Formats: sequence, structure tokens, C-alpha cells
Amino acid sequence: MPHDHSDHDHPHALLPPEPALRVKALETLLTAKGLIDPAALDEIIDTYENRIGPRNGAEVVARAWSDPDFRTALLEDATAVVAEMGFFGRQGEHMVAVENTDEVHNIVVCTLCSCYPWPLLGIPPGWYKSDAYRARVVREPRKVLAEFGVDLPEETAVRVWDSTAEVRYLVIPQRPAGSDGMDVAALADLVTRDSMIGTGLAKAP
Amino acid sequence: MTRVHDMGGRFGDGAVTPEGEDVVFHADWHRRALALTLATGTLGKWNIDVSRHARECLAPTDYMRFSYYEKWIAGVADMLVARGVVSREELSGEAAPTPSPLAEKALKAPQVAGVLARGGPADRPSDVTPLFAPGDAVVTRKQPENSIVPGGHTRLPAYAAGASGRVLRLHGTHVLPDSNAHDLGEAPEPLYAVAFPASELWAHPEHPRDEVVLDLWQSYLEAP
Repeated sequence: MPHDHSDHDHPHALLPPEPALRVKALETLLTAKGLIDPAALDEIIDTYENRIGPRNGAEVVARAWSDPDFRTALLEDATAVVAEMGFFGRQGEHMVAVENTDEVHNIVVCTLCSCYPWPLLGIPPGWYKSDAYRARVVREPRKVLAEFGVDLPEETAVRVWDSTAEVRYLVIPQRPAGSDGMDVAALADLVTRDSMIGTGLAKAP
Repeated sequence: MTRVHDMGGRFGDGAVTPEGEDVVFHADWHRRALALTLATGTLGKWNIDVSRHARECLAPTDYMRFSYYEKWIAGVADMLVARGVVSREELSGEAAPTPSPLAEKALKAPQVAGVLARGGPADRPSDVTPLFAPGDAVVTRKQPENSIVPGGHTRLPAYAAGASGRVLRLHGTHVLPDSNAHDLGEAPEPLYAVAFPASELWAHPEHPRDEVVLDLWQSYLEAP
């Protein structure tokens, strides 16, 4: 049945117009039908609100900065390497790590929806899902970077990764100057979420 | 153009507004919308490509006026009815809800961690031989449309249609969304990361050495 979503018949219009009420109505209906368990919803929310977030990715980046063998393995097969650290699952099934250098600065987007490496970075921020970011960062990445306060040197090329498949990308930002001798935990504090999407740089120590 | 969601390269959107890491959800109903979408997905009545297509099939006026999680909820509601899981009358409140034969599949709290940890890998064995290798020049399909189903789901953005690039890497063989979104089978085939010079995509690139990389299935590509 190739045409299972008619263009002119949208049942969602039967729900109440106000968004919070729409969700409530749908949850109430599905609970009454036995199709969802509100306690399972609570568990999903707790997972992504409190347990899985960008500190996971920061731990990976800090190790990559500290351990050349780990960095090499991460660039070779990120899925396997981050899985060993306990980071795997939904929206992180196929991971690729890309490294920023003086020559190349990487930025990640999903122009078609909002694909994002959940196990390493959590739920994407509002701006990542916004029309403005999706529309603009592929065409004018440097203008978008300026809106994040990032100004790249002229000699650095920008490579924008549009996540059009089930592969999810993690940017390894450049290790900041003055961070020599810091341990992995201290380094992880310098790694921001935005630096792992490519719209930011790691913090200076 | 394919559909309204395909907005890469569009002119006219305003500035991007950064936000802090401490904000995960902006409203309580956003939390519920995300969790409800994930939980209904485990009923097994649709796959991720079907759910993306459901959101993309929203009327352009709805797609543009709905906030992010409103799109998700609308997509779920449309799929629940299309797949016969709920009736239109139940959705509108005209009829009392009846127990569902799918209830035994409902996700329970103790199962959540395992389900999220398993995720949904998209790599599959395939008998389609890779035609390209890293370094090869390729050209994308001229039309950014599903070649199997008219108006169907595809993951070739309009801005990269008919463009010349070079293969950066082969990701292996992955489920083809153009087929899987329409219950036509997973049809796995080689998936590549392909780099395009910004000057190939845009009349006025910001920088001569900038590039855009897309993940593209073999059937989206031709040798130049």
C-alpha cells in the first residue's frame, strides 16, 4: 500500500487544536486502549532528560585528546569504540567521528528532519531542529557560525555533514591551547555540546 | 523540490538562536510528545522511514505552522489511523476507546532501557555490489524524488540533485528509505558519504574550499 498517507486526509486534525491538549488527548486515548503505559513514557523522559546527554560525548572527546591510540580507533570505527564506553542505542547505531584541524572545520546538520547522535549528545537543542539552521547551514555555514560567536580563519575550510541516512556524526573539536597536562575529567569540562556539533569551539581552560 | 521539509539551502529564514545545554525540553508536553512517539513506535506498526514520511506528508501550511513536537504528534496520529490502530471516531472523541488487540505489545517501563539500548540498526547484508569506492567521482540523480513511488519518501535533498561529487567513504549496505517507507521491503544497498564542493551546489559559495557531505544510497548515484 504505497499511498498510506493521503495528502488530503489528515486525521491529526481531529485532535484538539492546542498542542498540549493534543498530546494529552492522544496519551489518554492510547492509555485507554492499552497501547501505552504512562510509566514507560516517564522512563523514556527520565532517560533523555537526566541520564543521556552531551556529557557522554564530552567524555569521548576528552579521551580522544588524551590518548592517541584511542583517537585513532575512534576515527577508524566510532560505533565500536563508543559502544565499549557504554554509549550505544537509539539514534547512535552507526557512529562516525570527524576531527577538526587547522585545515578543516566540521559542522553537522540534518536538513530533512533532525537526525542527531542521541547516545552521545542527548536530545537535539531547539536551534538544531529549527528551520533557520536546517535551511541555512549548508549554504552559509560561516554566517551561521558567526551567530554562535565563531569566526574561522580564512585558511580553514568548512565541511558540513548533512545527516541524510542513519549514520550519526560526532565532531571532535580542536583541543584548546593551554590545556596541556589536564586530566580527562578536566578536559571533558572544556567540551561543549555545540563544539561536538561544530557550531562552537571547545572552551579555553 | 520534493516536499516542504526539504529546506536545505532555502533563502529567507532568520538568524539561528543558540541556547544553553541545560535546556532539554521547553514544555512539559514536549516531553510527553517525544516519549509517546517512541513508545508507539514499539507497537511494530511502522518503521522509522514510514514515520519520517508521515511528518513530511503534513500539508505545507501545517508543517510550517506546527512547532517541532506538534509535527511528531500529528505524524503519530495520522499513522495510528492509517494503520488501523485507532479509529477516526476514537481520535475525535466521538466514540469511546475500545481495547486494542495490540495491547500486549505495549512498551512497559522495565522494557524501556533495553529497547532504547537496542535501537534500530539500519545495516543489512545485501547482494547489491558496491559500484563506487572512496575517491570515485559520482553524479546524483537529477530529480530529488522517489523513483519507485510517485510523491514518495526519499533522502536525496533537492539542493544536491544533479550534482557532481566524490565518494569519501562506503558505510556498508543499509536499508533503502525509498522502499522501506512504503512497505516495499528494506531493499538494502550500498550507502556512501559523498562530498560536494560548495561551488557545485551554490552560485555564491562563502569560501572556495568549503564542502557539503551527504550520505547517499547507490541508487541515487551514477558514474559521471
